[in-house]
Amino acid sequence: MKYAFFPGCVSKGACPELYQSVMQVYPQIGIELEEMTTASCTGAGVLQEKNRRLGDVLNARTFALAEQQNLPIMTICSTCQGVMSQANYRMTTDKQYLSEINQLLGEEGLQYRGTTSIRHFVWILLEDVGEEQLKRYIKRPLTGLRAAPFYGCYLQRPTEALEFDDHPDRPKALERVIEILGAEVVDFPGKSRCCGFPILTINEPNSLTMVATHTTDAKAHGADIMVTPCPLCHLNLDGMQAKAANQHNTSIDLPILHLPQLLGLAMNMDPTSLGLNRNLVDTEPVLQKLTSVLSS
Amino acid sequence: MNTTLRIRRFNPEQKSPAPFFQEYELELAPSDSVLDGLIKIRETLDDSLALRCSCRGAICGSCGMRINGHAALACKTKILSATQEGSTIQVEPMNNMPVIKDLITDMAPFWDKIRQIQPWLQPAAPPPTAEHLAPAETMSHLSGVMSCIMCGVCVSDCTVLEVDSTFVGPAALAKAYRFVADPRDAATTQRLQVLNQPSGMWDCTRCMECIQVCPKGVGPMDRIMALREQGMNESVPSTCGSRHAEVFADLIEDKGILDEPMLAIRTFGFQNWRRLLGLIPVAIQSFRHQRIPPSGPFHRAVPGIDQIKRLFTRMRKQP
Repeated sequence: MKYAFFPGCVSKGACPELYQSVMQVYPQIGIELEEMTTASCTGAGVLQEKNRRLGDVLNARTFALAEQQNLPIMTICSTCQGVMSQANYRMTTDKQYLSEINQLLGEEGLQYRGTTSIRHFVWILLEDVGEEQLKRYIKRPLTGLRAAPFYGCYLQRPTEALEFDDHPDRPKALERVIEILGAEVVDFPGKSRCCGFPILTINEPNSLTMVATHTTDAKAHGADIMVTPCPLCHLNLDGMQAKAANQHNTSIDLPILHLPQLLGLAMNMDPTSLGLNRNLVDTEPVLQKLTSVLSS
Repeated sequence: MNTTLRIRRFNPEQKSPAPFFQEYELELAPSDSVLDGLIKIRETLDDSLALRCSCRGAICGSCGMRINGHAALACKTKILSATQEGSTIQVEPMNNMPVIKDLITDMAPFWDKIRQIQPWLQPAAPPPTAEHLAPAETMSHLSGVMSCIMCGVCVSDCTVLEVDSTFVGPAALAKAYRFVADPRDAATTQRLQVLNQPSGMWDCTRCMECIQVCPKGVGPMDRIMALREQGMNESVPSTCGSRHAEVFADLIEDKGILDEPMLAIRTFGFQNWRRLLGLIPVAIQSFRHQRIPPSGPFHRAVPGIDQIKRLFTRMRKQP
């Protein structure tokens, strides 16, 4: 299984531990990656505020590059996945629109035929690697660890673009992977809500209230950690958690793990090699809990 | 099929009016709607159940409620799509608005927000004596947004209203777009200036809940994005929101990928020096946790940036 790897800006920037952990785990689970070094940012929904068609042109360029590699795209970011899925949906369901986009690409010697498949890492684990095979890679089941899922809006909506009808496991994919890794899923109402990151610069109090609400709610439901397939959610839930706690006069201290970090722990990889020391909320309690479960 | 409806009950006239869940088991056809089930409960099992409904055909917008955690019209939600044989359907009143009784919510705050955006045509000239005609091709793009039936479903599931009741909300913003984009309206700039204020169009998180739950395909968030785009094109005073989008586009044109530190610095600008200073602890924290990528805090341009720049230029030349 080989993919054109689209790491996304944040894994190469503000969340380097995500890129680091993916690089650690992927060679061990039977997949090959060819990084798309010339691809542009998806626009993250922000560029689309200014000009949606421009965003679609840039994404069509990325899809055309993947067609040249004859590979499906693998993403590790809910936002990248959602924005690209939406752009692909618009182009593949409207041939006239695709033709207009291709006119612009044509002057660069590019054409998008509408055949590129875009898949998030969490979907690949279930749909391509498969549950049975994935279980074989688990060397240290995360038994006793209570993990709250946090999807990121773009991996949940809109369902047509994410092809939920054709892939009925996708709406709860993260929960399924947590179970396969041996941890206990902590279900809570906020798991598919907004983390608040998109309005962090615009309305910080509202953004931080979202962080405080979801993390305290997950803790109240018994979570030891929260796990997310979206680095933008991670930036807010992890990076702004202390400030959110301060705004709400409380303490939270809920470690937020990237999905590949959790997978790596279940594969018995060294926590430092997975970048757990780079997370802002201390992840040591997670490791202590796992150690105590193993020794008991 | 045997179906259980688990309904959130609330009666303010009771001595201790705390909400509680009550389950009703009944036989329903898979093609029945959730509303059919609720009416059957009221008529055969418990006549104290309060709900609001009228047309039963997804036209009047009266029966908005949360079904299995998401807002929907009860008349448009089939039993088959909400549950499998023998399992339970949870029904609750809409969120983000006060509950009057059981499944009936107080829509007054909803209508206050709709009135807030002045949902009437404000033409430059005096109103004509007959209809105010406009060519069909200038109005057809509004047919989607004019399908709104004011059911409140989008407001119920709005993630911003959940934390901030002052936000004008998706229904009112979609209605605002309906007038901003109407070629007969002459108050476009004034409307955008009002929407540009705090609690207006820039407070939406783009979570897409409203797009997902809208029963009429209005796509409120898409309308909010169209308002933002028009606001930037009309040069209403810049906000952190508009600068964020403008700088984001500039950075992608310049480097192909996002440069997060530069995005934050340029979005806040020197006029927001307090927020700029607030970035210093973030930078220190990132440094202490080795969150600086190997290439340094500021990204270099991706290979192939010239092609990306040319696409930007070509798009600018498009009408």
